[in-house]
Amino acid sequence: MGFLFEDGNFALFRDGFLQTIELSALSALLALLLGTLLAACRVSPVPVLRGFGTTWVTLFRNTPLTVLFFAVTFGLPPLGVHFSHLTFAVLALGGYTASFVCEVLRSGINTVPLGQAEAARSLGMTFGQTLTQIVLPQAARTVLAPMSSVFIALPRNSAIAGAFSVSELYSAQQTFSERGYSIFAIFFWVACAYLVISATVALLFRSLENRLAVAR
Amino acid sequence: MRTRRTLAVALCAIALTATAACGKDGTPGADKASAGGSAAPALPTYTVKTDVKLDSPALAAAKKRGQLIIGAKSDQPFLGWEDLASGDRSGFDIEIAKMVAADLGFTPQQIKWQTLVSSQREPAISNGQIDFYVGTYSINDERKKTVSFAGPYYVAGQDLLVKADNTAITGPESVNGKNVCTATGSTSIKNIQQYSPKITQFDTYSACVEKLMSGEVDAVTTDDAILKGYASKYATKLKVVGKPFTKENYGVGLNKDDKALRDAISDALKAHQDNGDWKKAYDATLGLSGSTAPQPPVLERY
Repeated sequence: MGFLFEDGNFALFRDGFLQTIELSALSALLALLLGTLLAACRVSPVPVLRGFGTTWVTLFRNTPLTVLFFAVTFGLPPLGVHFSHLTFAVLALGGYTASFVCEVLRSGINTVPLGQAEAARSLGMTFGQTLTQIVLPQAARTVLAPMSSVFIALPRNSAIAGAFSVSELYSAQQTFSERGYSIFAIFFWVACAYLVISATVALLFRSLENRLAVAR
Repeated sequence: MRTRRTLAVALCAIALTATAACGKDGTPGADKASAGGSAAPALPTYTVKTDVKLDSPALAAAKKRGQLIIGAKSDQPFLGWEDLASGDRSGFDIEIAKMVAADLGFTPQQIKWQTLVSSQREPAISNGQIDFYVGTYSINDERKKTVSFAGPYYVAGQDLLVKADNTAITGPESVNGKNVCTATGSTSIKNIQQYSPKITQFDTYSACVEKLMSGEVDAVTTDDAILKGYASKYATKLKVVGKPFTKENYGVGLNKDDKALRDAISDALKAHQDNGDWKKAYDATLGLSGSTAPQPPVLERY
């Protein structure tokens, strides 16, 4: 198992690890923003926005992630959209995860008693104010547990980016395999790296839950 | 009831479009007409030997089952390619396998092809799942510990694939600052890194070729045999630079202990090199890329 500390392997592994973290963090941010926006669309009174939200969720949630990566990396450049491969990966991964964030949030919105929204409206609040100040804060607190599952899955899904020219942990693993190191040793270290990332996300959500959980 | 019928019709329509699209895309000969027209070189035919006697356990088992099981690749155009619609195999490696099989007493119909990716080759050979393997298999000392090789039947080298009208890239020295694409984790990365720091990696070469055609990368690099396959497929659009800068000996991989079979395969390769089948097979496959046939390599009998 000492292969990690041989000729330059550690630098490759470390770079892959950092790249995975960077990709996951950026995608998580995009997914959170976009997902909240989509959830707002799905519960909005405007039919066009509701349609947009539903279409997005249906399309992105049901398409295999590899196909999404393929569509973004190979479909956008001919249309004149040129980004770095990392940006393409963030778009694919963020767009995909956003559909899950949206559905989790929507289920949270459904748990907020209707009376809350009605009370807000009778105070003269607009739809936007009702959503951002009354409904969403309550909804977000109830969905912390399912939301943590979405964000624990994200770093692991990010491995697909390795096949699309982002040099993260998966592509580091490919390089080690090609160099001929024992598969067991390679996977042990790669698995450890993913475990560290996932466990950190899980702990973060655990502490959030402790602080914000709704007392009923 | 009606919705169900509509759904069925819609599904059929989707399935039809999908298969139609596949057929168009997946046929390696799609561009062949423009490359060689009706004058395209024909594949050689091989006389199947009868009464082959060999002290080889693999061959004895193959005779008993009436089938020779040959491992190959299925995703390399004009090298080791499987037409998914018809199940037909074609390419230079496939021809090599057929000529060897003929000398061992098996007709092409008696060959059972088994697709194996690179990482499955050694286990499949040593477990006896296949009788031998022909598919861009480089002979090296590490692999010789678990399997043995007959050949080499082809000497490949890392080269560059560029657009047909590209005159700026003439060899590895001219790629500095250019964007070069190759497979994730492959050894080709290390070799090209000495010449250019800008490297794009996808998990398949076909993705790289796609990016090359759309002009987002300037070149694709790996063994010239693989590149010539793609250049044959898109003969009017792509070309191989033709300045190989590494050396890979492709061999036929077989069980380590089967010396009789290895000698027989080496004899078969030698015989078909001498009678011109080797060159004919090359001209009808990789030769369509516009590269002339090299000298067949000298066999390494160890």
